[in-house]
Amino acid sequence: MLVFAALGVLPGNAAEVRLGESATPEAIQELSRRLGLDRPAPERYAQWVAGMLRGDFGLSVAYDTPVAELIAERLVVTAPLALLAMAMTTVLALGFGLYAASRHNRLGDVGVMALSQIGIAVPNFWFAILLILLFAVQLHWFSAGGFPGWDDGFWPALKALILPAVSLAVVQAAILARFTRSAVLDVMREDFVRTARAKGLSERAVLWRHVLRNAFVPVLTVMGLQFANLVTGTIVVENVFSLPGLGRLVFQAISNRDVLLVQGIVMMLAAIVIVINFVVDVLYAVIDPRLKVHAA
Amino acid sequence: MNSFGQRALRHRSFLIGSVLVGMLVLTALLSLVWTPYPAGEIDVPNKLQGPSAAHWLGTDSLGRDMVSMLIVGARYSIAVGVIAVGIGITAGVALGLLAAARRGWVEELVMRGADFTLAFPALLTAIMLTAIYGPGLVTSIVAIGIFNIPEFARITRASASAIWTREYVLAAQASGKGPWHITFEHVLPNIAAVLIVQATIRFAIAILAEAALSYLGLGTQPPMPSWGRMLNEGQAMMYQTVWLAVWPGLAIVFSVLGLNLMGDGLRDLLDPRLARQR
Repeated sequence: MLVFAALGVLPGNAAEVRLGESATPEAIQELSRRLGLDRPAPERYAQWVAGMLRGDFGLSVAYDTPVAELIAERLVVTAPLALLAMAMTTVLALGFGLYAASRHNRLGDVGVMALSQIGIAVPNFWFAILLILLFAVQLHWFSAGGFPGWDDGFWPALKALILPAVSLAVVQAAILARFTRSAVLDVMREDFVRTARAKGLSERAVLWRHVLRNAFVPVLTVMGLQFANLVTGTIVVENVFSLPGLGRLVFQAISNRDVLLVQGIVMMLAAIVIVINFVVDVLYAVIDPRLKVHAA
Repeated sequence: MNSFGQRALRHRSFLIGSVLVGMLVLTALLSLVWTPYPAGEIDVPNKLQGPSAAHWLGTDSLGRDMVSMLIVGARYSIAVGVIAVGIGITAGVALGLLAAARRGWVEELVMRGADFTLAFPALLTAIMLTAIYGPGLVTSIVAIGIFNIPEFARITRASASAIWTREYVLAAQASGKGPWHITFEHVLPNIAAVLIVQATIRFAIAILAEAALSYLGLGTQPPMPSWGRMLNEGQAMMYQTVWLAVWPGLAIVFSVLGLNLMGDGLRDLLDPRLARQR
């Protein structure tokens, strides 16, 4: 509710400020009329919220197309990219985090932690550029950018998303691996782990069946927060790889001063973040039934 | 203090971090008095040269000396970090202290406000601000700074609330000292360590955010050199020469790595509980 309210008040003002600087009075009047900016703010706000609830984000000025349609068109690139990146992040982080925890204070642990410290310091767009330099410019395994579209077949489209997803995932995985490691180490000190070992389970079984499941709740919290970073990260990385997703669209919208479109995309990205947080809450209950009892 | 110095010298990541941060600061200071060539001086006949005695790291597509651009870029990175963290620390700490001291609806208002602002990552805030006010160094600093406010407000409130329950604060209250007196005399000095550590980490994040915004063309504008924008230009030239897209990235990584290591080290050194566990 609060998100809707604050964003709802902001955009009308934004349009006026922007147009006041760069457009002719006729253009301002014409646009104000088309966007309904000549009407009083509360009415405009009510209309915007009502439209939003119906899935109507308004009309893009530059494209003369409904904002919702433009967003849906680009979401088929951004959504798979973010999901692919999150999947890679999870696999890398859990793998490295568990490995480091199982080698606590030994060479493997120190090595993984040093790598993750460097990973955190690497800007995702620079890593993306390095990947292009290596895999596109030098080795010619991938193209340096662009997106063929899903209509031309699944594999070429997926292939175009692999390097962008890797560049997003590696940096996030560096952060998540550290959390996984410390969560796993915390759980390993618990009594039930000692019991599991005492009853003769192999170290691998203890780690996978008991430790990971219990360590996953704090890890999942961080993953939820990270997804927000990932979604905004796509804005930068899509620009590095010239992918026609939401991130590219928001830049075209900014250079076109297409405020309704910017606002729609920002809303969409914020909504994705909120939905993910909700999914995380639901997953808590699945992973740890005790939390369901608390919620009820 | 002496024991702090001795412990600091023994702390490996703090040492490495301090050396890297020291290099960054010295480079920025150096840029005020000396660069091999005037930064941004165009010399087209010598464009896209590899590393040589004349140009240690080569030249870009307009023949500008990479070393000079990188050195001056350090100055802008530091400026963005200092101002953005300054905005965050000033407003955030004030709000956090207020929330902890007054509690009740003031605390509720500050914390919900912080939650709300955090729902919009720095990059989204910056994009919205750019859509309204146009791109530029000031817009990007303000966007990063705004994002820092709720982070500092949260941490300040959490740490300050813990201090407010201590016996010495109760004693001060019993002796008739008012909330502001207690805040400045007891609470602030006791949470300073947490804030210093947080400032170091937010500084690193500010450098990363500024680089991303400048790469996208939303941050530092030409002719001011910026590591982020240099990467953008380097990417455009990467079929001709690889190095233009490598040096600025390394500069960012070393700066951020240094700040993060120093922040981790400071946390260990300034928090006696953690230090004992080590």
